[in-house]
Amino acid sequence: MHQVRLQIKGSDEARYSYSIDVQISAVLQYWSKPKNYPLFIRSVPVQNELKFHYTVHTSLDVVEEKISAVGKAMADQRELYLGLLYPTEDYKVYGYVTNSKVKFVIVVDSSNTSLRDNEIRSMFRKLHNSFTDVMCNPFYNPGDTIQSKAFDSIVSAMMVQAS
Amino acid sequence: VSWRAGSLPPVMCAGDQSLFTSLYTSLAQQLPKEPMEWRRSYGRAPKMIHLEANFVQFKEELLPKDGNRALLTFPFLHIYWTDCCDTEMYKASVKDDMLRWQSTLRLDGSVDWLIVVVESEAKKKNKTNILPRTSIVDKIRNDFCNKQSDRCVVLSDPLKESSRSQDSWSSFLTKLRTLLLMSFTKNLGRFEDDMRTLREKRTEPGWSFCDYFMVQEELAFVFEMLQQFEDALVQYDELDALFTQYVLNFGAGDGANWLGSFCAPVKRWSGLLLRRPIDMEKRELIQRGEASLLDLRSYLFSRQCTLLIFLQRPWEVTQRALELLHNCVQELRLLEVSVVQGALDCWVFLSCLEVLHRIEGCCDRAQLEANCSHTVGLWTYATEKLKSLGYLCGLVAEKGPTSEDLNRTVDLLAGLGEERPETVNSLQSPYKKLNEALSSVEAFEKHYLELSHAAMEMYRAIGRMRSSRLIGKSLAEFYMKKGDPERAECFLDDSLRSYVAEGWSLQVTHTRKQMAECQKLLQQTEDYLQTSALLAGDANLTEEERKHFYQVILTFASQPPAPSDQTVALSMAAFAQLRQMQFSPPGAVVHVGAALQLELRVRCLMPVAVQVEQLAATLHFSLEQGGARGRAGGTQRRTGQEPQGQGDGVVLFPQGSSLAGAGMGASLPPALELYEMQDRSPSDSSLNSTGVVCKNMHLLLRRHDSSASLDTPTAGALPRSSVTLSLLVGLSFSLPPLSTLSVGRVQFVQSHIYPVVQYEVYSQEPQLTIEPLSDNLLAGIPQKVKFTIATGHYNVKKGDALQLSNTDSMPILHSSCCSATILSSTGERVGERALSVQSSEKVTSISLPPTPPYHTLEFQLEVLCHIPPTPFKPDIERLTNGEVRHRPKSHSQADSGMIHIDQKVSIDCPWSIYSTLISLTFYVPFKAKHSILSAGKRKYIQVCLQNVSDTNFQLADPVLTERQPTIPTVCSQQSVFCLWEMRWAKHLPLCLQCAFSASFAPVSASDAHTAFKPYRYEFQLDRTLYSLKAEILPSSGDQHCRTGALCGLEVSITRQAEPSETEGEEEESTEIEGLRTTKLMYEVVDNSSNWAVCGKSSGVVSMPVAASATHRVQMEVMPLFAGHLPFPNIKVFKYLPHSAVPAIQPDTDSCLENDTMSLLDKGLDDQGDTASIRSRGSIHSVGSGEQQRGLPMPRLEPFSPGQVFYWSQGRQVLVLPVTDDHVMEVNVT
Repeated sequence: MHQVRLQIKGSDEARYSYSIDVQISAVLQYWSKPKNYPLFIRSVPVQNELKFHYTVHTSLDVVEEKISAVGKAMADQRELYLGLLYPTEDYKVYGYVTNSKVKFVIVVDSSNTSLRDNEIRSMFRKLHNSFTDVMCNPFYNPGDTIQSKAFDSIVSAMMVQAS
Repeated sequence: VSWRAGSLPPVMCAGDQSLFTSLYTSLAQQLPKEPMEWRRSYGRAPKMIHLEANFVQFKEELLPKDGNRALLTFPFLHIYWTDCCDTEMYKASVKDDMLRWQSTLRLDGSVDWLIVVVESEAKKKNKTNILPRTSIVDKIRNDFCNKQSDRCVVLSDPLKESSRSQDSWSSFLTKLRTLLLMSFTKNLGRFEDDMRTLREKRTEPGWSFCDYFMVQEELAFVFEMLQQFEDALVQYDELDALFTQYVLNFGAGDGANWLGSFCAPVKRWSGLLLRRPIDMEKRELIQRGEASLLDLRSYLFSRQCTLLIFLQRPWEVTQRALELLHNCVQELRLLEVSVVQGALDCWVFLSCLEVLHRIEGCCDRAQLEANCSHTVGLWTYATEKLKSLGYLCGLVAEKGPTSEDLNRTVDLLAGLGEERPETVNSLQSPYKKLNEALSSVEAFEKHYLELSHAAMEMYRAIGRMRSSRLIGKSLAEFYMKKGDPERAECFLDDSLRSYVAEGWSLQVTHTRKQMAECQKLLQQTEDYLQTSALLAGDANLTEEERKHFYQVILTFASQPPAPSDQTVALSMAAFAQLRQMQFSPPGAVVHVGAALQLELRVRCLMPVAVQVEQLAATLHFSLEQGGARGRAGGTQRRTGQEPQGQGDGVVLFPQGSSLAGAGMGASLPPALELYEMQDRSPSDSSLNSTGVVCKNMHLLLRRHDSSASLDTPTAGALPRSSVTLSLLVGLSFSLPPLSTLSVGRVQFVQSHIYPVVQYEVYSQEPQLTIEPLSDNLLAGIPQKVKFTIATGHYNVKKGDALQLSNTDSMPILHSSCCSATILSSTGERVGERALSVQSSEKVTSISLPPTPPYHTLEFQLEVLCHIPPTPFKPDIERLTNGEVRHRPKSHSQADSGMIHIDQKVSIDCPWSIYSTLISLTFYVPFKAKHSILSAGKRKYIQVCLQNVSDTNFQLADPVLTERQPTIPTVCSQQSVFCLWEMRWAKHLPLCLQCAFSASFAPVSASDAHTAFKPYRYEFQLDRTLYSLKAEILPSSGDQHCRTGALCGLEVSITRQAEPSETEGEEEESTEIEGLRTTKLMYEVVDNSSNWAVCGKSSGVVSMPVAASATHRVQMEVMPLFAGHLPFPNIKVFKYLPHSAVPAIQPDTDSCLENDTMSLLDKGLDDQGDTASIRSRGSIHSVGSGEQQRGLPMPRLEPFSPGQVFYWSQGRQVLVLPVTDDHVMEVNVT
């Protein structure tokens, strides 16, 4: 974990984002190289995928707003979990930003009431850990879309569990 | 029960009403002035509150009925007012009245009461027979407050401005506040307990949420009454949470009966109403249990909103409003409440606007603008809802609403009900807006655009560009529906750009599809085709869709071009990807006229196979003066891999992520490509500077928003086959900056190929090189040299010949079979041709076989270099009686000591009018030395022949005498010694020129046939002229020399040879009294410090020029050590008087000059003047060289080796130590 942090820290521009929808068991993950480029995105089922993508993409506005709202000096002690980014009629969008500005976004269907703040938080933590593993892979080129099976299975497991 | 906002907790006043009325005003004013600390139960933090009360007249009917614990009208305190100061009167009426009051209270269970006795001086004065004033109070206390004496207070002269009056007021107020608080605490606590009990019963069958709602809301009212808005809000929030939980539980299958009433179909959707503090209408519905879910939520939110605004938290209102609206929609879905389609949209739209209006009503403009981020969500939500209403009611369709749409609109508007009285007169009410928007297509457009633009503006203002673009995109959809593609285009373009820039493929695909539609309508053929191409290659689309877009291109391509039309150039990135390029030959370096094959691997991104009609590439060429890359010299070292550097000539092009879809590949910004750059100085390759160079800066730094125009390659289009170009010198081509694929009228152009691919075309001048086959060419033996002709651009024709100018020292030997090999530029052997060599006297002509350009012609010729007689320089090492003199040799190689000869050959080549001068270096394989070994008059000559080459030689005929030694073999780096004795015949000159010659042949040429080559070595021999004998004699009377004791040194110089005629010239002689004499100088030097020469150590003697003439010199020396000491060195020089040829300093290594200066002065007797002249000359030489030149100077000249024989060379003499040597003291001068 520490290793990865060091690796990316230099490039403040490197940003990732990530998102999960749960009720429909959709997991989306995004990252951005120059700016908010999707690293990994997953949604289940796929019929509303486009809407998810739009939602996640728009949510980056709020993520950025929240990051910049936190003072630079406070950046180190910053809480990684950003909480509910904004509600929409259909989804709840949660955000999480690592110290290296990798963004994770989880989108949960509004009608899903089983997921409370704590669950979302632990999902993010799991994602973060798994993402760290991906980054530790010497064959992974930071910035490429994630194609790790391990990561994929963790995401799938989370979505099954959540739905 | 009716309660209005602003109500205060009631306090009932009994007793003297007129008295109370007179005090009421000041009482109501004074009460809230001082805060009181309110300590509360259940661990809630104490608060400072300002108490207020509503003082009402005591009426029995106003007392709460039994069991009714309604807090709102509950009299928290009862006060009895009296100003009685007359005992009689008290006894007569007041006491009875008070008793009655008390009993009423007791019946009611009220224990919070207070009796106020008002005293006034005026009254006292009127009555004369008054009791002491305390007595009335005491009486009352006695009668009523049996244990609570504090229940009775005295208020003195309340209407007067005196300190006494103020004191009594303040103590009264304190008491009043304390009692009020006590009452609050007690009654509220009891109420809360009851309320909790009620809540705990919620699982029981008969429990009703509405009833409980009323109870808890009462508590909220009381808190609000007490100005405790925070606490009041908590009550509502608790109700909210409780209700939400029930709905969730219902969703989970755990339904409560009472919830049924909320599941009734929604009939009214008039939106939130936030303008009233309490919406009594809705409250009654709730009370009656007839409220719908929307009613309850609306009411609850309106209360929360009111309280939040009291708390000055308007932005929380907006946030909660958005949550509420989302939540309501969800809850209705969850509870499966049937709602007319569009009704919820109406409700949400109205509610959003209502909230916004409410907020606008309580904030100023600046505040609103600063808090866009809080309101923009509502604006967006309203926009979305209006849009969906518009679609629903057919207001967006081009044809306008159908009758069905109109019916639906009427139904929706009916559900709104009548406009509320609060807004009837306002022009901009949400109700009016919705009504108007749904009334006509134009009005809808107006309102929708207004809202959209407002929301977009706000998003932009707070920097949420993505959200803004999303609205822009839905605006574009709207415009498209309206058939207005012009306006849609810019919005689509804007969003598309941002999606592409951030790499979101699904959005890109979706937006592109819309864009294609838009461009089609706008008849932007080129853009449409480009977008179609991108879509046809988009992996996110289905096969059918892709084929459809592909068909678009094909259809266009197959149309016969209109005369004015040119072909359409599109970016190739969408159509095909260049994957790989392969050069053959791999180095991508060819000479002029050669063929370079280039294999392209292109990946087609189209869904079906494409027939490509033409493939063309444009070349960009640059002239490189430095010549080929390889020869440029590594001033720039690149750490990154160079495309051509891969060795197999394959250039791979980086791929965009194939998963993200082909369209994405082109949009990915390229990664930085950094290379290390080192700048070295050309002379000593030291590092001047180093740095990092970004190679693809042009890609990174170019503007991303402006699309580069696509240039169609026109000139220099290449045929499909290999590229044939004839070009000039030293060109390198970057290939191709543009490449094109054509399908019908459509051309796909790739504007840049990255990494840069280039090949090099070079041109070369013909070149002739001659190099030896072996490492070194040896002189004296025939050896082969290789001629290499790189033909370059010259075509060697039949009859072309090389003309070699002959030199005597190096003839060209022509062997019988001589053939030339022709090699192609890649080093392949092409053929072998015979070569004819013809020699004339001056010129050797080699006729070359015909050779095509850029080939190499190789052949070998045999050459021989004659060894010139050695030494060609006079200074060769000589050994003379073991004395060695070294001289530097300019011509010998430092390592091997081989002497080399540079042989220049001038060649006339057919391709040049100038002669080529080629230098060959030959090495002389031998080195000869000779030494003369003398024994008295007998002389031996030793000649040493050293082989310094790496070849072994046979040696024959070493000639100096008649005797012929056996043929020795001189191995490499070895020496052969030959020895001869010399006998001097009579009348031989003093000096003899000798020559040593031998024949040699390499041993390796084994057969006897080997031609022996001559080797000559010339040298000079001298006869012995003088012999020198030294003798050391111990001091008289002693048998041996002793250290420290003077010994005699006797030197005798004897003339050995007769003078000859020739000699006279050589030897400087003078005629003195008929006797020819020659002057010699002798010198005793002891370099090893064994001897101290005492007295004179040198001198000049005249020797008669006659055989056996002897001259003896006596000197004194002193041994400094004991043992066998070698004799001191004695040297003899020719002494040439000043008449001789002007001054040449004596031989450099004669060290006598300075050392012996003083000795000369002393020791010279008859030639003293000469010495002094010398001495002076020497001194002068320090002062000025001019003078020395002018002065006649005697000089010394050494004898040639062999001319002087030293008898005592190597002799030793025994020296004994002195007995008391430890006190020896030696002075040496």
